[in-house]
Amino acid sequence: MFSGKPFGGRSRLMIENDTPDKRVFRSGKKSLSFRRMKPQDLLHPRPEGLYCPPGDFFIDPVRPVDRALITHAHADHARAGHSSVLATRETLDIMRLRYGKDFAESRQTAAYGETIDLGGVVVSFHPAGHVLGSAQIAVEANGLRIVASGDYKRHLDATCAPFEPVRCDVFITEATFGLPVFVHPAPEAETARLIASLAQFPERAHIVGAYSLGKAQRIISLLRAGGHDAPILIHGALAKISRYYQGQGIRLGRLEPATVEEGAGTRAAGQIVVAPPSVLGDRWTRRFADPLSVFASGWMRIRQRARQRGVELPLILSDHADWNELTATIRETGAGEVWVTHGREEALVRWCELNGIAARPLNLIGYEDEAE
Amino acid sequence: MRRFSELLDRLVLTPSRNGKLRLLTDYFAGVPDPDRGHALAALTGGLDFPSVKPAMLRALVMERMDEVLFAYSYDYVGDLAETISLVWPAPESVDEVEAPALGHVVETLSRVSRSDAPTVIAGLLDRLDPSARFALIKLATGGMRIGVSARLAKQALAALGGRDVGEIEELWHGLEQPYETLFAWLEGRAGKPESAARALFRPVMLAHPVGEGDLERLDPAEYVAEWKWDGIRVQAVSEGGVKRLYSRTGDDISGAFPDLVAAFGGDVALDGELLVGDPIVRTGSFSDLQQRLNRKTVSKRMLADYPVFMRCYDLLHWEGEDLRQRAFEERRAVLEKVVPALDRHRFDLSPLVAFSRWDELDGLRRDPPHPVIEGVMLKRRDAVYSPGRPKGPWFKWKRDPFIVDAVLMYAQRGHGKRSSYYSDYTFGVWAGAEDDLQLVPVGKAYFGFTDEELKLIDKYVRDNTVERFGPVRSVRAEPGHGLVLEVAFEGLNRSTRHKSGVAMRFPRISRLRWDKPAAEADRIETLTALLAE
Repeated sequence: MFSGKPFGGRSRLMIENDTPDKRVFRSGKKSLSFRRMKPQDLLHPRPEGLYCPPGDFFIDPVRPVDRALITHAHADHARAGHSSVLATRETLDIMRLRYGKDFAESRQTAAYGETIDLGGVVVSFHPAGHVLGSAQIAVEANGLRIVASGDYKRHLDATCAPFEPVRCDVFITEATFGLPVFVHPAPEAETARLIASLAQFPERAHIVGAYSLGKAQRIISLLRAGGHDAPILIHGALAKISRYYQGQGIRLGRLEPATVEEGAGTRAAGQIVVAPPSVLGDRWTRRFADPLSVFASGWMRIRQRARQRGVELPLILSDHADWNELTATIRETGAGEVWVTHGREEALVRWCELNGIAARPLNLIGYEDEAE
Repeated sequence: MRRFSELLDRLVLTPSRNGKLRLLTDYFAGVPDPDRGHALAALTGGLDFPSVKPAMLRALVMERMDEVLFAYSYDYVGDLAETISLVWPAPESVDEVEAPALGHVVETLSRVSRSDAPTVIAGLLDRLDPSARFALIKLATGGMRIGVSARLAKQALAALGGRDVGEIEELWHGLEQPYETLFAWLEGRAGKPESAARALFRPVMLAHPVGEGDLERLDPAEYVAEWKWDGIRVQAVSEGGVKRLYSRTGDDISGAFPDLVAAFGGDVALDGELLVGDPIVRTGSFSDLQQRLNRKTVSKRMLADYPVFMRCYDLLHWEGEDLRQRAFEERRAVLEKVVPALDRHRFDLSPLVAFSRWDELDGLRRDPPHPVIEGVMLKRRDAVYSPGRPKGPWFKWKRDPFIVDAVLMYAQRGHGKRSSYYSDYTFGVWAGAEDDLQLVPVGKAYFGFTDEELKLIDKYVRDNTVERFGPVRSVRAEPGHGLVLEVAFEGLNRSTRHKSGVAMRFPRISRLRWDKPAAEADRIETLTALLAE
């Protein structure tokens, strides 16, 4: 299979945001003319994922492929079994933690801002502010630049590098929270409500459902910033990733394992337990003292969502852009065309139309609607 | 407004009664007058703002956003008030603008005219965060459904002041919003509010169920017995020209029963059972009575088809005298003079049931002469009328429940402490030919079993799941394989809403029949036969 550098040569040149790169491409499999490409010739959806024909690579493919560029390590974007993977160092590290060291035959690291030539197509990774190591991927050829933003957010997050807007011709945006009803409040105010509930119900264990990569570490980091210094109990599914975050210099304070057998129905009164959302209201919680279920998610903006899940304390905390962030980001990229993927595409397409921006849904398959 | 909207958000998601009480008590203790008093009025259904209508709110938001984006949003959220509160274009953080206090909002809403309402409401919405916007809309349109009864709010007040809830119920209808004198008394800053109001509620006296061995210690000669009528407990009070009909918990339900209220007067406080029918002709069933319950207003047709009357069994006040400290027999003697003087189609006397031995009464209890009787009441002859549930003076001795063997069909996750268990069970009985048995669901029950039994059923449900629909699992239930539940219930009503045509009253699981083959559970005909009675 591949040996050496499957992703081709590197360049120290940084992409400048305002002037499209005018370099001559080295010859790839087929020679690229200088005629401006149509965007769909540079990137288009295939059943495996978003495909770049001239560079012969996929972005976040949902099935095993030859060459994959991965925006971030969440399971629906980063799958095991590709021949070669190009991603940020943190994303590669987390994939290794989750899938074992053989998750791909070869791996190559992309630093933020560095440009890499793939068969005449120049790609570069830029911070997406979603989780540790998350990136937007800029793909450029013949003066046309498309940015696939993966999942992203604009609210500040102490556990990852902040989003950097990249000017482009076509912006591919997620739309997980692509409805005007989704406006995420200040994260500190949300964790303050959790800390207040701990004081109001000190006899109850507060079980916080949070996605094990990113959200869990972010909420712990926010609790620490909010002055909560007591040990936090964590579910086994969070242990490796949290330790990795700590190894990257992110302050999470004292974490203790929540998954021990003894103490049926009496453990962790007045303490915070962080666990994957799937355990909320499940048998796993029976070991704790009168568990109070807390769910940290952008979906908690909708009361019925909280009610359906039996959540007593919903915290509106998301690693995805809310409506205002989505629309502001589209404007900042200066894109004349927007492709909308996973989520509520139709409302964001409508907003683009109202604002004179060409837009269409991309209809990618395989990404979880509930990827919170 | 923020503290109030936070309270509403927490209450609606808190399943346990004690949790709700804690939230309410902390709120009342921590929020100053007059806001807490306005909140109390909102929670007890005491606010009404006729100038604000949902259609107006919708029009307001449409002036401010694209209608397609609104339609997508409303379609997703499903609740108009919530959608408007979420999409309203206002600063997400309102710290910089001084957010209006609840008291200001209530006063503004109560003064505003219909023509000014749109501008005023928009001005308020602009200054509130999304949660407070939701509270405002619910407040203004009168649609607070937050799972808190007026009684629970009063219990939180009782906890706040270390008082008995009966004291608060007794005062309640003489108090004025925003209840500053009430809070002053509860916090020990002033005496008990004196009230000049008339026709107040008197907290009711309740009975204990007859327990194992209770009667062996009691002398039958010290007690009188009455039938226990299956209606709703009411109190009819008339004083100084003011007439009120109260529920058991002191809610004023006069508006729903104008026919009864019109039929009494004078200076009296009667305690009794509200029933449907005409005491001279017939007493209607509980399902007839249900036609009249939970209505704010009542149509002429309803008044004619389902007239109500009151079967009186106690007298608390008569001609300027509070009778509650007098013995039951003395009160009863006055009652027997008072009731016959009232409208005979609207009031009658609950008859005494003669007996001399407990086993004799037991026979009567098991086989009552009328289907609307659900057992007997025992009242000690010398007992004063003491509010609450004192042990000893009053007992209720109910008819044995009906029993049916049904098969578990669906199980749903419980709430609160039981959210990790499948604890709500839908069960069915057999219908169809012997060689083609089908289960028809006949009811749902979520208590009656012990914690140990719950664990066993939970395991059974998980091991025998056929399909999952969100929080519900359908459980394998066939003639050759299924879990038989013995279900106890108080009665059966006809129902057009249920496929089986019957609805059980107060069903609960009385036994788990692990031993019984599913095919031997009861058939629907067993239940429909009960209806024919």
